[in-house]
Amino acid sequence: MGDCHGCSVATIPLPQVAARRHIVAIVGPPNSGKSTLFNRLTGLRQKVANFPGVTVEHRMGKVKLEPHREVYVVDLPGVYSLMPRTEDERVTHDVLLGEMKNLARPDAVLLILDSTNLARHLVLAAPVLSLGLPTLVILNMADDLKRREGGIDSAELAMQLGSPVALVSATKGQGMEKVFDFLASATVAAAPKKPMLELPVIQDIPKCRAWAANVGDKTRYHAPAPPLWTRRLDALFLHPVWGLMVFLMVVIGVFQTIFAGARPLMDGVQAAISASGQWMGSLIPNEALRSLLVDGVWSGVGSVVVFLPQILLLFLFIGVLEDSGYLARAALIADRTMARFGLQGRSFIPLLSAYACAVPAIMATRTIENKRDRMATILIAPFMTCSARLPVYTLIIAAFLPEKPLLGVFFGTRAAALLSLYALGFLAAIFTARLLKSTVLKSSRSSFVMEMPPYRWPTLQSLALRLIDRSRVFLRRAGTVILAVAVVIWILAHLPLAGGKPPAIGDSIAGMIGHTVEPAIQPLGFNWKIGIGLITSLAAREVIVGTLGTIYGIEGTSQSRGLQQALRQDLAPGGAAALLVFFAFAMQCMSTMAVVRRETGGWRWPAIQFAYMTGMAYVCAFLANRAVTLWF
Amino acid sequence: MQSVCLTPWGRYSILVSDVQMSVNKSSGAKKLNARNLAELKRGESGVLDRIELPEHDARRLMEMGFLPGHAVTLGHSAPGGDPRVFRVDGSEVALRRETAVRLILR
Repeated sequence: MGDCHGCSVATIPLPQVAARRHIVAIVGPPNSGKSTLFNRLTGLRQKVANFPGVTVEHRMGKVKLEPHREVYVVDLPGVYSLMPRTEDERVTHDVLLGEMKNLARPDAVLLILDSTNLARHLVLAAPVLSLGLPTLVILNMADDLKRREGGIDSAELAMQLGSPVALVSATKGQGMEKVFDFLASATVAAAPKKPMLELPVIQDIPKCRAWAANVGDKTRYHAPAPPLWTRRLDALFLHPVWGLMVFLMVVIGVFQTIFAGARPLMDGVQAAISASGQWMGSLIPNEALRSLLVDGVWSGVGSVVVFLPQILLLFLFIGVLEDSGYLARAALIADRTMARFGLQGRSFIPLLSAYACAVPAIMATRTIENKRDRMATILIAPFMTCSARLPVYTLIIAAFLPEKPLLGVFFGTRAAALLSLYALGFLAAIFTARLLKSTVLKSSRSSFVMEMPPYRWPTLQSLALRLIDRSRVFLRRAGTVILAVAVVIWILAHLPLAGGKPPAIGDSIAGMIGHTVEPAIQPLGFNWKIGIGLITSLAAREVIVGTLGTIYGIEGTSQSRGLQQALRQDLAPGGAAALLVFFAFAMQCMSTMAVVRRETGGWRWPAIQFAYMTGMAYVCAFLANRAVTLWF
Repeated sequence: MQSVCLTPWGRYSILVSDVQMSVNKSSGAKKLNARNLAELKRGESGVLDRIELPEHDARRLMEMGFLPGHAVTLGHSAPGGDPRVFRVDGSEVALRRETAVRLILR
């Protein structure tokens, strides 16, 4: 990393870019509104992908310019400079220099800067402009600048930078015509122009800053008044007493809403699924085919799809917290606690996203500069209660725990049980973090440096796109992995045929497999049916619900809520508690294993992680079974 | 460990010192009335003189606005008083106390 890429940037010869696919890169510092601009430009024509060899996600989207002409836009990670130090910065650096495999060097650059903090953000303009690519300098949040009585002579700035400048409000969609015009013209003209300006030596930040200040002066840049609302809100959210109360209320509110608030929605989906299943069944004359489609596929996949509203609510919350700027404050509040376990506030955001899903969470650890902190965060992230555990928890809790009010109508026993399971995962995570940081990943206390963005209203478009993206991922999984497992389970449960008729479930192949593993799981209070579910859930946790749906569906109890009743007959309270504990700790997710392997560069860490988590799950589930059986 | 001292003129001189020496140096500096960021009171400002941290960390802070000659104001703190939010060059940046003591004021 010591070699000086920054200095030699201007002299690197431009590689010839294939003329067919035009790529424009969006570059900017963190919190400059890159993603909002990207969403504005591409809308639904976007997808998340990974660069080969690195775990940094990038979003690629198509912009339609005129009939039959489109430009690809790639949203690069936010950077303060082009010095490649963290993985994020390396990706941005490599893409801009055309050193990224499988991606041609961009034809042009959209450099997006926060106009309310222009003098500092212009520091990034020097290295980006010296790349010699056609660049549009976008001064975002122009509406905010005007409202807070700041101003700039954008024509003069264009002169000073030798590049066109657009004043834009990406949230409101103002000034976007200029961006589209630039995209149209920059991808037609072949010859990239060289900047005719004297730019400061890129390595020297004080000089870059002095240059930026000088440019600011010449363009009569008028910094806006400080953001009053951000100060007022921080006075509340970072208050020694109220700040902590708000923090706790946010956390409890999230759990209560995803559990209680999602109920009516889930009941609606459930009713729709069983009604459509019955309707489908009435249309299919062949009995075997009807059984496969209705009892196997429909009840298997359907029992997982029911949880879509709940998962979307969770992602909606995380989206609102992140886009509004509160998540950065939450990281700040959590830093002291995290430091006690050898981690830092920056680990809080990946760990909070791990409540939704460990895969994006592990990808989000890229913002942690300290390698050992990052590794520890990756290894503990799967302990956080991800949304795939939610279907299992919801099913078991609803089946075994009667709802009683604890704190008025807002907080009942079921929400409390759910919250304690979340706490259990969290405790396991911090225990493991402590263990790792005091042994194999020991390091000196790392620093915590984090910019606090101003509070902003989350845009509906960004939130909607997030939810649409998540629904796609979830439904794709329901339509592939879970569908395949449902079909396989149905087939295994119907073979071998005895006299042309399917056997009783206990005598089928699936039943035999379940009976084989039964001795191993009996100490936990599980029977062979749960055993089949545990085996299939190695692919993904929520698969167990679908599998049980299929198994019990075959037994003919797959009415609405039928699965709960069936479980109550089949599982003792001790076994139910053990199942919850087992799912809280066990590593049952192929996607997470794959992403950990890629992140840590080998199978060693995911193998250790799998053994550790599953071993812990087994021991703790055994203890839970014993304790509950003894006491109740 | 190498540490970079930044002078207000943007030149840097490289000092070779280990962590223990840096700690001694900062406690010695206090006697000479050189204050650091951690000593600022809420709403109080000071002008940054130098960053006594390894080059890698110092650069990161400089990119976020902590440049010699710039005014730094203490804003809110996390409940418990650490980390604290500093206002510098149009942004608000949170630092832990252990980092803030390495940022020396004029």
